[in-house]
Amino acid sequence: MSPFRTVPLGIAAVTLVATLWLAGTASTSAPVHAEANGSPALLTDPQVVGMRRLTEAQYRNSIADIFGSDIRVAGRFEPIVRPAHQLIASGARSSAITPSGLEQFDAMAREIARQVFDEEHRAQFTACVPADPAGADASCAGRTLAPLGRLLFRRPLSEQELALYVRIAGEGAGPTRSFAKGLELALGAMLVSPLFLYVVETAQPDPVRPGVMRLDDNSRAARLSFMLWNSAPNAALLDAAAAGRLTDQPQLAATVRRMVASPRFEQGLRAFFSDMLLFEKFDELAKDPVIYPYFNQDVLQALPEQMLRTITTQLLDGDGDYRELFTTRKTWMNRALGALYRVPVSQSQGWVPYEFTAESDRSGLLGLAGFLAMYSHSGRSSPTLRGRAIRELLLCQPVPNPPGNVNFTAVQDTGNKAMPTARIRLDAHTTDPVCAGCHKITDPIGLPLERFDGIGGFRTFENEAAIDVSGEMDDTRFTGGDGLGKAIAASKDATLCVTSRALEYATGRPSEDGELIERLEGGFAAQGYRLRQLIETIASLPQTYEVPTESIKAGTTLVATRR
Amino acid sequence: MAFDISRRLALKGMMNGAAITVGVPLLDIFLDGNGVAMAATGAPVPVRFGTWFWGLGVNPSRWFPDNPGPGYDLKPELEVIKDHAHKINILGNFNVMLDGAPNLPHTSGGPAIRTGRALTAEGGLPGESFDVTIGDRIGTRTRFRSLETSASGDPRNSLSGRGGGNLNPSEGSAAGLYKRLFGTGFKDPNSADFTPDPEVMARRSVLSAVTDQRKALEGAVGAADRQKLDQYFTSVRQLENQLDVELTRPQPLQACLVPQPVADRAINAEIENVVANHALMTDLLVMALACDQTRVFNMMFNNGASSLTRIGSTITHHQLTHEEALDNRLGYQPEATYFLNRIFEAWTYFVAALDKVQEGDRTLLDNTLVFAHSETEFAKFHTIDNIPMMTAGSAGGRIKTGIYVDGLGTPISRVGLTLQQVMGVPIDKWGAKSMETGKSIGELVA
Repeated sequence: MSPFRTVPLGIAAVTLVATLWLAGTASTSAPVHAEANGSPALLTDPQVVGMRRLTEAQYRNSIADIFGSDIRVAGRFEPIVRPAHQLIASGARSSAITPSGLEQFDAMAREIARQVFDEEHRAQFTACVPADPAGADASCAGRTLAPLGRLLFRRPLSEQELALYVRIAGEGAGPTRSFAKGLELALGAMLVSPLFLYVVETAQPDPVRPGVMRLDDNSRAARLSFMLWNSAPNAALLDAAAAGRLTDQPQLAATVRRMVASPRFEQGLRAFFSDMLLFEKFDELAKDPVIYPYFNQDVLQALPEQMLRTITTQLLDGDGDYRELFTTRKTWMNRALGALYRVPVSQSQGWVPYEFTAESDRSGLLGLAGFLAMYSHSGRSSPTLRGRAIRELLLCQPVPNPPGNVNFTAVQDTGNKAMPTARIRLDAHTTDPVCAGCHKITDPIGLPLERFDGIGGFRTFENEAAIDVSGEMDDTRFTGGDGLGKAIAASKDATLCVTSRALEYATGRPSEDGELIERLEGGFAAQGYRLRQLIETIASLPQTYEVPTESIKAGTTLVATRR
Repeated sequence: MAFDISRRLALKGMMNGAAITVGVPLLDIFLDGNGVAMAATGAPVPVRFGTWFWGLGVNPSRWFPDNPGPGYDLKPELEVIKDHAHKINILGNFNVMLDGAPNLPHTSGGPAIRTGRALTAEGGLPGESFDVTIGDRIGTRTRFRSLETSASGDPRNSLSGRGGGNLNPSEGSAAGLYKRLFGTGFKDPNSADFTPDPEVMARRSVLSAVTDQRKALEGAVGAADRQKLDQYFTSVRQLENQLDVELTRPQPLQACLVPQPVADRAINAEIENVVANHALMTDLLVMALACDQTRVFNMMFNNGASSLTRIGSTITHHQLTHEEALDNRLGYQPEATYFLNRIFEAWTYFVAALDKVQEGDRTLLDNTLVFAHSETEFAKFHTIDNIPMMTAGSAGGRIKTGIYVDGLGTPISRVGLTLQQVMGVPIDKWGAKSMETGKSIGELVA
């Protein structure tokens, strides 16, 4: 097999650019090099206006795209703290790297670098034949490291930066008597650099609007790539940045259009919903094995995947209406889930498309076991948790925490014969007016899902008592999961919510601009609530690349702002 | 009271949250610990510090002693510590003052104790936790500045960090902890031969090169990002230090016995499993201290809103505390209390494991200060006054033990202040707003 067939995205192209530059030609693709003129600063003129830590998925995808998916990434990632009622994408902006976090990043970096320059892979990534494979070769090291550095740091390396990594390669090659070992050390150093672990955003003055700062081309390339594909920008996108195409509005729009039309957009959309729907909680999900013998590791792993497949099928295949995400019966099944849903799955491996029956009462995302199990207790369902999750995640309406001194005595355990169903137990609890205030906003939208138990299995009775699934949301009355799905689909809050989340996801900060969100939602509505369109609009919007003035003053980390 | 969720409120909700500015103290000074006591042998013995956390408090009347002072009486839930009570202090009646910040159930208490500040919204810490401050003082010369572990898994289960979006992640796997501590890079202090690893030397120079970028990088960023970079380079310094330790012939340590490898096992919140995982992690941690791989640790037994389960129970420990009826005859919730009993058994295991290791004429426990605490007093009502706390060990003779201290409703930050002072942090006041205090706990200081 030709080595080029396994060369991941754009290495070959980028190698050419770097070669030109190293030969002393001022390539149009590498303006930063041309401007470097011996200034001591590694980051020259552009002003750093933000640093967003890579998420685990972004790190993994970057490595797979730059070096190939056969390079294993083994290690634990320091979690990014999610700020209350915000996205992890926003938390990444204030996320630091602790000593034990760096220890892990360092171990991963060394392991990745070792694989990249092992005997099997090194030819693929080494741009030239070293003069002596058992010694240093600064020229060849430079030609190898420049293109890799450009992909890893998402911009061309400055002269000083490249000189630093070439020096490391040389110092490593000497004592180890191996040119490849030197490259390995230099690559390890790049992978542990803050320039890789953080997406460093730089800005320039907006030529059209004096006094306004906007992200420069390289930062736009990174923002687009992580927003739309959840991975590092490839060489083509960096070339577009180098040519100034991403600060040119029509060319930016054309680039975005191509990117959202790409199959890789699915990876981006999955990442967006994993963030919006708090999928990190699946890491902690546990169920009582005695009560739910069907619940095992295979089921646990299938739960988020089924939700994501349902989402991408609805929103990407045929560009469906976002609102139908709450009413569709189309989903996917695998063998592990078949037992939970009590439906036959013909294939023993993999996923098959499945459509719920009209009698199933499973309507869209909220009828899926992933949602139902997540917002339940370990041994029983919880209308309150489900209602709260719907309010907070899908309608962007934060529900107050229970007061500190609340008395839960009125909620009795499930074995209480006098109160067989959750509705009866909650009614008893909410006779207390202090509790009733909040339960009124959660329970009536959680109770319609009571036909689904703590792992999302269907039932019509709880403790031998028939389950009442009537519910109410913002003065609309309905019954069951179907009624709830329709109510959410009809709610303007749901479409406003996803609009604001998409904007927050793009910029890494919650938007304070209510008018902008309403305007975007208007456009979303006009286009039949196609999410691909909404995200395309946001990614092409000048405001998405505007730098808030606080970031420029940057006295403090702005986590959230009350309107 | 009715909640009208209008569209306006929905929009407001999207922009929810007050403006929160997280100031993280810069750390550029790497002070060596002054925390070295001389044992009878004349060999320097390090003093260690650690925390031990459990979620969901206690049944106060069955836990807190009646009488303040030395030789306290043991209530049923603390009966299990009997053999070690003379080395344990109980701290009660210290209060968390929130100054109008909400009492976030199971979330506010822990960060208030660790940072002396009130958390305003869920997620992260409102400031630097004092175990980190102490680590900066005593943890800079060991391979690991500190070790964070969670017996119930989940790296996010941590109360240690420098504030804001910085939380030291917890190791949830005993096998993973073993590999980190005693796998590649570990140098047995009692081994006869020592050869510095050339690869470690090369890595060391790589990190120096990374550090060379610092000035240029910091010149280009704003203050908020400079703080992140500062934390990053603090972490790099720790990693460099780790390599320096690996490149230096270690001093022989009599108490250090390299443990057997630990096999991978399930990580979940089922109580029997958590107890077993905790015991394995404790044994490793004890040897990490005895072999001087770290001098600072944080052990989380469970999480704040405890997700501990028990096979056959429909609901978690947390749910039980709220929903289980008080047994009128017993006067407490028997099912929820089952978990408490298991927790204090585990605590006793932890203390005993430290006390078993002899270092000169003292034990490892004597040369350590362990601070144990929960995040609530009585979980059923989320009370955050009178949160149960303990210390074990005497930090090499720096604090008195066997005492029940009644805080008389004074700020809980007095505890953090005292612990930091005992461990050599040069501060005379600590905490913010109503929890700012300059009054340490005199009864404890030796």
